[in-house]
Amino acid sequence: MTEMSKIVRTITSITFPFAMIYGLYVIAHGHLTPGGGFQGGAVVASACAMILVAFGSKWTIDKIKEKKLSAFESLGAIGFIALALLGLVFGVAFFNNFLTGSNFLFGNIPPTGSVFADINTGGVLPLMNFAVGLKVIAGLFVIVLVMAYATTSFKGVKK
Amino acid sequence: MNMPDYTIPLVVAIPLLGAFLTPLVSRINDKLRNVFVIIVLALNALLVFLLASDILTTGIKTYVFGAKDLTYPIVRILFEVDAMSIFMAIISSILVLAAVTYSWAFMKENTGLDKYYTLILLLTAGMLGMVFTGDMFNFFVFLEITSIASCALIAFWTDVGESVEAGFKYIVISATGALFVLFAVALLYGQYNALNIAQLSSVIQYTFLDKIALVLLIVALAMKAGIVPMHMWLPDSYGSAPSTISIVLVSATLASLYGVLRVVFTLYGNALSTIANFDISVNVFIGWFIVALAVISIIVGVTMALIQSDFKRLIAYGAVAEIGYMFLGIGAGLTALGTAYGRTALNGGIFHIMNDALDVGLLFLVAGAIYYATRERSLDRLGGLARNMKYTTAFFIIGLLAVAGMPPLNGFASKILIYESTFQLNPILAIVAILCSILLLAVFVKVFHSAFMGPQLPKYKDVKEVPRSMLFVMGVIACIIVFIGLFPEFVINNVVEPAANALVGYSEYVSQVVAGGI
Repeated sequence: MTEMSKIVRTITSITFPFAMIYGLYVIAHGHLTPGGGFQGGAVVASACAMILVAFGSKWTIDKIKEKKLSAFESLGAIGFIALALLGLVFGVAFFNNFLTGSNFLFGNIPPTGSVFADINTGGVLPLMNFAVGLKVIAGLFVIVLVMAYATTSFKGVKK
Repeated sequence: MNMPDYTIPLVVAIPLLGAFLTPLVSRINDKLRNVFVIIVLALNALLVFLLASDILTTGIKTYVFGAKDLTYPIVRILFEVDAMSIFMAIISSILVLAAVTYSWAFMKENTGLDKYYTLILLLTAGMLGMVFTGDMFNFFVFLEITSIASCALIAFWTDVGESVEAGFKYIVISATGALFVLFAVALLYGQYNALNIAQLSSVIQYTFLDKIALVLLIVALAMKAGIVPMHMWLPDSYGSAPSTISIVLVSATLASLYGVLRVVFTLYGNALSTIANFDISVNVFIGWFIVALAVISIIVGVTMALIQSDFKRLIAYGAVAEIGYMFLGIGAGLTALGTAYGRTALNGGIFHIMNDALDVGLLFLVAGAIYYATRERSLDRLGGLARNMKYTTAFFIIGLLAVAGMPPLNGFASKILIYESTFQLNPILAIVAILCSILLLAVFVKVFHSAFMGPQLPKYKDVKEVPRSMLFVMGVIACIIVFIGLFPEFVINNVVEPAANALVGYSEYVSQVVAGGI
């Protein structure tokens, strides 16, 4: 994939932070609002794909290597399973939500009724959302990146 | 030995964690990664064996995810492990451990091995999850994990067009099958508002919609198990994947077979009549349907194996016939549920699951060894290998005699149970089964002759025996085959009989979860 015109690149540079922040918001508020790790991760990954389309695959792969992205993907998955296992260590069962009700991170129990949402709730759920988000961002982006890069290198072979 | 309850989720969690640690370990060192994967799977196999000894003495174990106890109505993920589940888990863990140990030398020259090992571990987690889960939707999730990981592994040799084609065929077939399963689960959920197998089983009414769900489940899972009208993906996949993957795939198809058993005997256990009753009842209807599919599988598998010239494709058709034998035993057991010979047939069918996995696995490993030594898969161009590869030859003889059901080996022990019980159901079934078994022997003797016998071919003069690690794996599997062949009673009494009991006594499975709660 070659890079596009200057207009496209400029507009992409302006909109990229907004798309990114929106995606991260969806991940961070996964336990309060619709969406979650997967959906927010897909938004962030599509923002990255936008960069890829505008600036070309050669430029992008110079900035970030696919090996690094694969490592991040593994880290996301490991984080998820490790949280589940921590439920066994600190709580009563595998996948047990051991943080809820504690005074630690995300430990509040939300009041019932029509109140403003408290982000400091949910126990391990937000953490699991972060792990899934990391995995989806890295996973989706590495797929798009490798496929885009492969098309350019095949074109080079044909010439 | 008394194992703590959390061993059950650990058996699935350890391969899953290992799968995602593998790419990271692989960045340090390749050898370290191989050791790491073998240790992870060996540890897992050890846990499965300890769990097995516990479950076979104390009975069914359940594990609730995320909470201490089950609350009603059931919304939690539940693992329920009985003797049948643990029987399948033992088979899977033995085969996967063998495949990974064998891979060390066999896959040495390939690149992308971190992905290979990651996918094998994911596949293991999927298979063990399928056999452990007590929840229909969860079953579907693990089925999908298994299919996607298998698809990528089948197409692992991407430079060969056939592998990619086989992988594509597999993903199309398994995606269709998985959607059938999902649709059936939705039908059940829509009617009974439950996904838990035990809970569904306690309330199932066998309405028209349930019949549709049953048909969809049996068809989809039999398709993934490779029963004949839906077997077209199996020879391609087994034939063009690396040998190590072929044997992992064998255990993945057996996990689908377990799905059929669980659905028919447990989920619809309520609708089955436990008194021998040969009017048109559910048992007879489904039983004869399965028997018919099984007989067709046996005949088609063996006759198609006759005309193959590719070593691994031939074994794959042999495997189709072997799956036919299992279904024959199980179908006959279902038709005559409640009679003594029906029970023998069920025992034979379940026992044959284990024997087939070991026999076909050994044959695939021998085919892999020959490919490793000669880089040749076509039987037309092989010959005289017995002179240079004497251990491999010996293992092949054991494998061929076992798969053809010759007396001192394990294949005979289970096939004789199937023959004698199906003879009482209908003599023609037993006759077809015996004839096809003889034909299978003829097929493999032909293979033996064309690959190992005859004069030494000039191009294979310098062929060497395969590395010790590969011989060791084949040797261990051959020893297990001989052991089961010599002491079939030991295995039947300790493992097979409890598994058959667990299938027939579905009410015990149900009462573990539903007991007075609803």
